[in-house]
Amino acid sequence: MSEPIPAIKKFSDLANPTVFLGLTARIVPYLAVLTALLFVWGLYLSFTTEGDYQQGETVRIMYVHVPAAWLSMMCYSIMAASALGTLVWRHPLADVSAKAAAPLGAGFTLLALITGSLWGKPMWGTWWVWDARLTSVFVLFLMYLGLMALQRAMDDPSRSARVSAVLILIGFVNIPIIKFSVEWWNTLHQPASIMRMGGSAIDPEFLRPLLVMAAAFTLLFFTLHFLAIRNEIWRRRVSAQRRLAARMANREG
Amino acid sequence: MSHAFYVNLSYVFAGLITAIMIGWILLDGRARRQEMAELEAAGIRRRSASPAKDAEA
Repeated sequence: MSEPIPAIKKFSDLANPTVFLGLTARIVPYLAVLTALLFVWGLYLSFTTEGDYQQGETVRIMYVHVPAAWLSMMCYSIMAASALGTLVWRHPLADVSAKAAAPLGAGFTLLALITGSLWGKPMWGTWWVWDARLTSVFVLFLMYLGLMALQRAMDDPSRSARVSAVLILIGFVNIPIIKFSVEWWNTLHQPASIMRMGGSAIDPEFLRPLLVMAAAFTLLFFTLHFLAIRNEIWRRRVSAQRRLAARMANREG
Repeated sequence: MSHAFYVNLSYVFAGLITAIMIGWILLDGRARRQEMAELEAAGIRRRSASPAKDAEA
């Protein structure tokens, strides 16, 4: 883009889409390289560390399943923060951020569901049970799909922005339900073993690949989110310019 | 089926879903860039776009 990029003096300057595009162009290449390196390291650890004495080799599924499940919730939390930005501060990029995040959230949630199922079959003896954790994550997946449909249902982004922001915030109630479902109800899914009172209950042999893969997936999410926001800004600019051009042509005609 | 089957299938799905997300974002970006180039070629540009280049030309 040949446009001059205004300087960033305070955090709210990032609300300017042109500033954001400039920042994205600068940091995405570094983020992408760092993500790739972390994946190389993470995948190496995932396949070279020991198997579990009970789960055997299937513990390696956890190095994909757990980061995907974390991201499914983090992505929704980012969308909820964006929804607040839309409703409270009328931040110009907030709705763009929420719209760009929804398909990524759906992708990571689907991955968590599929890998969970692939672990469940050999370990629990079943692909699926309607227990509280699995059901609430499935509801999260459906919510992502619903929000994606709503965000694309109206031609005017400013109208869909407020409706979807309200729906995102209502749906946020599901996030603590997912997190605490394994404590509130008697579930087949195991309770938290990393982020819990009393510290992690996992041996470093498994914790190391898990954390590296989690960092890799998180950076992947941010890289893709930045790029998706950039695409959405471009999409809105194109449609605004087309509308303007049509109006001008009308006036001339 | 062996454990390796489930492990490998998990990583195949992880790769597939990641590849779809990356591919979708790259193709979407390319399409938008092309649309902007077409508008630019038709002489339609943003009001805030710098007119300095036009003046120099």
